[in-house]
Amino acid sequence: MVNETEPLLVVDDLAVEFRTDEGVVKAVDGAAFTVDRGEIVGVVGESGSGKSVTAMSILGLVKSGRRVRGAIRFRGRDLGTLPAKELRAIRGAEIAMIFQDPMTALNPVVSIGRQIVEALRLHDRKLSKAAARDRAIELLALVGMPDAAARFKQYPHEFSGGMRQRAMIAMAIANGPSLLIADEPTTALDVTIQAQVLDLLRIAQQETQAATLLITHDLGVVAELADRVVVMYAGRVVEQGDVTTVFTAPRHPYTVGLLESLPRLDRDVDELHPIPGSPPSLLTPPPGCPFHPRCPLARDRCRTERPELRVVGNGTTVHRTACHFAEELAALPTEVTR
Amino acid sequence: MTAFVVRRILVNIVVFILIGIGVFLLVRAAPGDPVRMMIRPEDLQEGSEAFIQARREELGLNDPVLVQYARWFLDALTGNLGDSFVNRQPVGGLLLERLGPTVLLMSTALAISLLIAIPLGTIAAVRRNTGVDYAAAALSLGVISVPSFFLGIVAIYVFSLQLGWLPSAGMSTPGDGTPGDIVRHLIMPAAILGLASAGPLTRYVRGSLIDELSADYVRTAEAKGAAPVRVVTRHALRNSLIPLITIIMINIPQMLAGAVVLEQVFAWPGMGQLAVRAVTAQDYPVIVGFALYVAALVLICNLLADIAYAAVDPRVKVT
Repeated sequence: MVNETEPLLVVDDLAVEFRTDEGVVKAVDGAAFTVDRGEIVGVVGESGSGKSVTAMSILGLVKSGRRVRGAIRFRGRDLGTLPAKELRAIRGAEIAMIFQDPMTALNPVVSIGRQIVEALRLHDRKLSKAAARDRAIELLALVGMPDAAARFKQYPHEFSGGMRQRAMIAMAIANGPSLLIADEPTTALDVTIQAQVLDLLRIAQQETQAATLLITHDLGVVAELADRVVVMYAGRVVEQGDVTTVFTAPRHPYTVGLLESLPRLDRDVDELHPIPGSPPSLLTPPPGCPFHPRCPLARDRCRTERPELRVVGNGTTVHRTACHFAEELAALPTEVTR
Repeated sequence: MTAFVVRRILVNIVVFILIGIGVFLLVRAAPGDPVRMMIRPEDLQEGSEAFIQARREELGLNDPVLVQYARWFLDALTGNLGDSFVNRQPVGGLLLERLGPTVLLMSTALAISLLIAIPLGTIAAVRRNTGVDYAAAALSLGVISVPSFFLGIVAIYVFSLQLGWLPSAGMSTPGDGTPGDIVRHLIMPAAILGLASAGPLTRYVRGSLIDELSADYVRTAEAKGAAPVRVVTRHALRNSLIPLITIIMINIPQMLAGAVVLEQVFAWPGMGQLAVRAVTAQDYPVIVGFALYVAALVLICNLLADIAYAAVDPRVKVT
């Protein structure tokens, strides 16, 4: 059953749809990527690119959506077909999640300590209350919570946003997961707190050796933390590869656009270039390449034929892109693609 | 917390005194005359008027209203609420003697209503837009729409007259009065009163829980690996019951209104029965005493709601 040659997590041709009054929204439409043991993979994309839905789908937390295609395999087991009880045994134990908004992701009427104790005792029935309490305080101390024993008894509203996110991370790593999914873990926080939480994520990752799937729209976060990056657009993966390769030699016009719309300190950029237009409607996605209405390289083929992910470049790491004309991007220096 | 409670009690005392003044004046402003109410119309004759005036004088009803109030208020401060015009018994004693049955009826009804509304509302919220939810909605709407006195009459017809399972009236069988006997008398009025308030309460539980079920912390609990029952009961339900405290507490005085009617139907020897008789006889001291009792109940329930809020929700700091 357990296939040790396969990567830890395989997302294979995942498609998730939501039925709305206006029609079927294809939030994820054929996403595919893998996460290896101990690896940090960043998933980036605009709002509506399907990155969060993909992350939620891994643990089956998408409520109203329906998985119409594809598989999510974790250690060789398809999480989508697991019985509910077996999936629950994985949730919070082998795969743990860190959510975007620590203001709302913690139960307001249960003390922080008890929420961590719950996470521990759900997966270790034999753990005594006292032992769970000690372990929870240890975890709070590990995530840099000053005076952890006193904080244990406090309620979420007595914590700042950054401290809540620390508690959230303590809860996520409580059972030593092998995969951490962090969905926009810093988005709701102040900029100064973001850096601390990122450091903490790095520490948590080193502590647990957990592979980490980092969902974010912040390319800076990915550059800082991730080993590999997956770029999503309109529910599909448009480019993926090693962070350095993708950021220095992007082979998809959307990635190029994302990078050009970023303010940079290390280069003298006179002007920021936002990507023209807006993301396509997922109710009626454009035919062919979903990016073609906004793409400077678009031509007839892009409007009819949907590009599949294919290997590009000849680097030492695998770099994939879903663009018919990726080689033209290779011929141009990044800054002058527009 | 203590300071809050003390301050609230002080405010409530002021409110209570104002209610007393209002009720006292209103009752006396109402048309009719308590002494005349004691005499059958056909017995009225020439000499009656002198008798009536003598009785009015005796009861102090000919004094200016403010004098009457001052006299009543000073007595009330010593715990004396006056005597009933009708049977000359002290009002305090009359109310006290009726308090037990009413408290028994209302607390049983409240327990029944919570035992129905919380599980039913929870199931309706979790299985929303399914047959169970629609059935719960139909049941709620049914008990809201059908007046409780009608349900009471139907229940007496079915369970007392046709099936003979339960007694139709009173609180105990004369000469019996064992707990089992009282329970048999209690079942129908308490169940109907409970059902009537369970109807709207079920809808509130459902609505409140549906809001909580879509909260982020519910997803966090699921992501931790908690089973659905645990997610609902330990996480969502606890939060959804906080706003319900107010609704339940507001519901208690409303329930008393229902009890007044049902006590008539089931000849339950409670406050309601006493109040209805006092109103028909224009028995001023008893009416005022009953009104003050209701006012006290409302004020106490409101205070309890605030205290319960602070006890249940760690975010609420009462100061």
